[in-house]
Amino acid sequence: MSRPIDIQELVAEVIDHSNGATSVFVGTVRSTNEGKEVLMIEYSAYEAMAAKEIEQIVDEAADKYHVRHIALEHRLGELAIGEASIAIVTAHERRAPAIDAMRYVIEEVKRRAPIWKLEHYADGSRNWVNAGTGQAK
Amino acid sequence: MTVTVLFFASYAECLGIKSMSLEIGDRGTVGDVVRAVSGLSGASALPPSPLIAVNRSYARATDVLSNGDEIAFIPPVAGG
Repeated sequence: MSRPIDIQELVAEVIDHSNGATSVFVGTVRSTNEGKEVLMIEYSAYEAMAAKEIEQIVDEAADKYHVRHIALEHRLGELAIGEASIAIVTAHERRAPAIDAMRYVIEEVKRRAPIWKLEHYADGSRNWVNAGTGQAK
Repeated sequence: MTVTVLFFASYAECLGIKSMSLEIGDRGTVGDVVRAVSGLSGASALPPSPLIAVNRSYARATDVLSNGDEIAFIPPVAGG
């Protein structure tokens, strides 16, 4: 979680000769958010629950799209602009289930995993992303 | 009975604490914990019905707690 994500390594985890499609999603730290220049993002989590929730999401995606090969890594701690915060790799015989499963995993991680971002801006201010939106669900 | 209450991210910052032990009555609920926490200094920054997890699963206000349960106040999430 604290070292850079090795995407090749994640891809290697899902290699299987029965697969004809491998789908990769990489989320990276953006240089601006809502018009403000971002210097870096500090990620934190309720780690035990995040691990459990992510495992559940992966199981759901596997059941829903019959995708057996899913690999995921989420970074925590301080991340610089351009660094990968999350990578998801899915693989299947066919491209549609691989892509659908990947989409499901990223959307559900964003909706449910207890992970937070504290953005630090060039003007010296900082902000908890989404904190002003009230409840998550 | 005693339960452990956890705070994260913006909530931990508002309250100035990351965890606390709380005494509640037998058959106490998630709602009882939310009410107890709402009396803490800094709690006015929390929403009236925050998202709660009990023992690492999302829970409802009416869920009944057991001795030793871990109750987490979950701020709006922003993973990915």
